[in-house]
Amino acid sequence: MTLRAGVLAVQGDVSEHAEAVKSAAETHGEGVDVVEIREAGLVPECDVLLLPGGESTTISRLIHREGIAPEIREHVAADNPVLATCAGLIVAARDAGDERVDTLDLLDITVERNAFGRQKDSFEAPLSVDGLDDPFQAVFIRAPVISSVGDADVLATWEDRPVAVKDGPVVGTSFHPELTGDHRIHDLAFFE
Amino acid sequence: MTETDLEDLRRGTDLVKRGFAKMQKGGVIMDVVNPEQARIAEDAGAVAVMALEAVPADIRKRGGVARMADPADVEEIIDEVSIPVMGKSRIGHTKEAQILEAIGVDMIDESEVLTPADDAYHIDKREFTSPFVCGARNLGEALRRIDEGAAMIRTKGEAGTGDVNQAVHHQRTIKSAIRKLDGMSHEEREAWAREHEAPAELVHETAEMGRLPVVNFAAGGIATPADAALMMHHECDGIFVGSGIFGAEDPQAMGEAIVEAVNNWDDPETLAAIASNIGSGMKGDANADLPEDEQMQGRGV
Repeated sequence: MTLRAGVLAVQGDVSEHAEAVKSAAETHGEGVDVVEIREAGLVPECDVLLLPGGESTTISRLIHREGIAPEIREHVAADNPVLATCAGLIVAARDAGDERVDTLDLLDITVERNAFGRQKDSFEAPLSVDGLDDPFQAVFIRAPVISSVGDADVLATWEDRPVAVKDGPVVGTSFHPELTGDHRIHDLAFFE
Repeated sequence: MTETDLEDLRRGTDLVKRGFAKMQKGGVIMDVVNPEQARIAEDAGAVAVMALEAVPADIRKRGGVARMADPADVEEIIDEVSIPVMGKSRIGHTKEAQILEAIGVDMIDESEVLTPADDAYHIDKREFTSPFVCGARNLGEALRRIDEGAAMIRTKGEAGTGDVNQAVHHQRTIKSAIRKLDGMSHEEREAWAREHEAPAELVHETAEMGRLPVVNFAAGGIATPADAALMMHHECDGIFVGSGIFGAEDPQAMGEAIVEAVNNWDDPETLAAIASNIGSGMKGDANADLPEDEQMQGRGV
């Protein structure tokens, strides 16, 4: 079968997620059609969704403006998979602790935006992730941390703070698994 | 879970610097001169703000030497918003760039809008933890800047004019050169690199990718939602708007409209609605009337 993967494309690193989900599908011998979502009406046709990195204030504003937000909530309510990274994680959280971001409450977590500091504090480092045999090279860019976890499983921590979680069909990461060419997090979210 | 080794943590790598630029894609970066403007820009949906002392249109009018903004003013803007804050240094002015990095600016624009500090050299951007964006008029310039360490390229356009003509010209020039490289043999690409003073390795990489190896934004003269959509049509990854927001009659409405136009650049009916009733754009000066000695785009090649 061919999987239909929707990448939320109102803003952010969309093509990187498109490439990552394609190579993950290829590894599992599945075909994939990637749909870029910049307007309402496309999400209901998608099997899986990817919420990319970018600026959470901008993404939040546009998905509400375009009427995409309720469609994403329905996608998750119907138990369909989502991978949300960095800004995507913030938008998917229950609470971002910041009125500038109107979150979707897909993940039972609260997040703290820009928790590692400014861009000069951004970093990459190998990270142990539950479900992966070897460390994952995680790229943190003005990244959020998960400040509290409700009914969700923590998959990875950085200096004792959660940076990857799974809540039902939704996987969320503070870092950017789409930037390294290593698609194991995409595997974890969609193919395992 | 096993402990991760903190010694393996690395900052300021190409991946981290170019990654930051990728997070700006599909977004609008707006010039602001004070915290109030920064607030309006963030509320309008800007992905980042460029903090400077005066917008390019005012720099043009004022004349004299244009320098980095007062660091205290930039810090006030940093404190005001949650989105990234960028700052401009003069071309070749390593110290202005270091000061901007020290106060926590997220990206440094080594910009022709300010008066160049060095006639021969740009900043060695590889030495910095912070990522840089640089302007370019053509592929050779773009690849020289990337070789120096730029993590993002923007068209130079002709800043402060409100005339999109030169941004279109520069983007077309870059894309056209990449298309030509695509049809060339290895040795023809080597010859092209020598002729255009571009590093051969980057020429090959660009040819193979069919695009610049870093994010490619539009800048210089973008003043309306339609201008922004036009630059997205020309395959730019996102938009800088300088004087076009706060030189407009209603900056909030213009800012929101340009953000929405970038998302809907390929949908003319939606663009028509977005562009309606937002007040007049900045007045501007046509590029064709601008004498060469008043052009900024020739600075720092």
